[in-house]
Amino acid sequence: MVNRRLKEKMIEGVMMLCSFVTILTTLSIIIILAVDTFKFFGEVSIIDFFTDTQWTPLFSEKHFGILPLLMGTLLTTTIAVLFAVPVGLIIAVYLNEYASPRFTAIVKPILEILAAIPTVVYGFFALQFVTPLLQSFIPGLRGFNALSPGLVMGVMIIPYITSLSEDALRAVPKSLREASYGMGATKLQTAFRVMIPAASSGILVSIILAVSRALGETMIVAIAAGQEPNLTFNPMESVETITTYIVQVSMGDVPQDSLEYRTIFAAGMTLFVFTFILNNISFWLRKKYQNQYE
Amino acid sequence: MSRKLFLPMAVFCVAASLSSCFKQYKGKIQIDGSSSVYPITEAVAEEYRVNHADIRITVGVSGTGGGFKKFARGETDISNASRPITAKEAAACKANNIAFIEIPVAYDGLAVVVSPTNDFVDYLTVAELKKIWEPAAQNKITSWKQVRDGFPDLPIRLYGAGTSSGTYDYFTEAIVGKAKSSRGDYTASEDDNVLVQGVASDKGGLGYFGLAYYLENKSKLKLVGIDNGLGPKFPSDSTVTNGVYAPLSRPEFIYVNAAAASNETVKDFIKFYIDNAAQLVKEVGYVPLPAEVYKLAYQRMLDNKQGSMFGNTTTVGADLEKLMKKP
Repeated sequence: MVNRRLKEKMIEGVMMLCSFVTILTTLSIIIILAVDTFKFFGEVSIIDFFTDTQWTPLFSEKHFGILPLLMGTLLTTTIAVLFAVPVGLIIAVYLNEYASPRFTAIVKPILEILAAIPTVVYGFFALQFVTPLLQSFIPGLRGFNALSPGLVMGVMIIPYITSLSEDALRAVPKSLREASYGMGATKLQTAFRVMIPAASSGILVSIILAVSRALGETMIVAIAAGQEPNLTFNPMESVETITTYIVQVSMGDVPQDSLEYRTIFAAGMTLFVFTFILNNISFWLRKKYQNQYE
Repeated sequence: MSRKLFLPMAVFCVAASLSSCFKQYKGKIQIDGSSSVYPITEAVAEEYRVNHADIRITVGVSGTGGGFKKFARGETDISNASRPITAKEAAACKANNIAFIEIPVAYDGLAVVVSPTNDFVDYLTVAELKKIWEPAAQNKITSWKQVRDGFPDLPIRLYGAGTSSGTYDYFTEAIVGKAKSSRGDYTASEDDNVLVQGVASDKGGLGYFGLAYYLENKSKLKLVGIDNGLGPKFPSDSTVTNGVYAPLSRPEFIYVNAAAASNETVKDFIKFYIDNAAQLVKEVGYVPLPAEVYKLAYQRMLDNKQGSMFGNTTTVGADLEKLMKKP
């Protein structure tokens, strides 16, 4: 009897340790980021960091304005989301409201393959296929531009939106749909006037997760968006995102423990704060609307 | 295949592939450094492996500066460099008791290129290049119109070497007048293929990199002549060697760890390198040094002559033969 209880305790302990691994990793990442970011802001004013419009820490005339990088990140993410949300949502509605179960069973796994393609492959797809294709009908589109990786990134996040939105749609009580039909609404009206509003919190959460994913995406933009810090919201221009900059510096030979090296921590911290806030919003949304229909 | 046979076969295959992994090499040579010198050293290493399969040679690419850092820590036997070692890097070597022998291996021209769809630029003067690339141009020189009257009002898009590359150091010194002094709002990459890709697909694009990368991608790019006051000149074997293609022709080097150079394996490799440099250098798109300079370079190694012949001076317009004959 005692032996059995001991065994239970031990297993419980092991399980707890496992969950601690994730907490410790997160904590140590935050600490490492914070320490070097703190040192960075000892040398560079935080006001310059957020107001200077140039980012050239590796050059002789140094400017430390994060705005061009932030703008690059936001631009590619915006393009991706503008593309992925309508498409992803329409797929979710179609699969849930219109498609036969057999069709859904075939299409859904194929859709999820999109999420399994390595992002470096997406990157070359954007650079070597999508960019030349877009250039054939958009004159003036640069070889490295925000549009092409943005669109490809959109394709990449479609499964996130479709999968989670479909779950949310499916969780809407049948009675609502039946009531809608009962009032004489068409399928289309039911889908867009009843089902989507009813599932809106779940859909919002899926969008926010997709945005977080796009903000942190690295390889696609590093390969196809260029490496030129550019304060612009023009999708035809070449931009550098925060993640691309971090890659560029880590691959080069910037000496460790120098101001140039610390820029990547400050940049990483900025990105982290953004995704952290977004994740919290999605957590809060989910909690707030969870039990609406139960 | 029957089931019975399958297992022993599989075991045999795995064992065979493992044994090649753990193959015993008689000697090992570690090389790292400049991306501009990499094609030469890699070509030499490939040729060398043909008759010396038991010597393991690795050639890395981390930029001239990155290469010297590893070299100074004693991690590499040979460092590829597209500029002479700086006083600071030499001091770092000295602090770790690492002596080196400096061996020039080839000339390289820096190619200035635009997109083939660019129909208005045939040549640029050194002053115009400076106007485009100097730090003061940042966010100011943004259109071709500002470069020369008569050029169209087309946005200028710049592609150039990353800050840890020797090409960057050389170009800024030769054009702007001070090493590492450049505007920062351009696509900077240590990977020359990124630059080729960028310029090729951009009508307003302008880029610079080693001549070899231009020759490899001739069809996608348009070479720009450089006018240093004596009319536009294009990089070619003769203009690069005789200094007519000034100021954008430069010597390329390898630096050999002096302790490693006393090792027979490394010594044999260097001898092979110098003996075959003239031919291989040409094959990969660079310009060979005069035969006399190769001879002097070999002598330099036999004499174990350490230190840099440049002593922190510039290589812009340097005469290698004269410098190497200096005692």
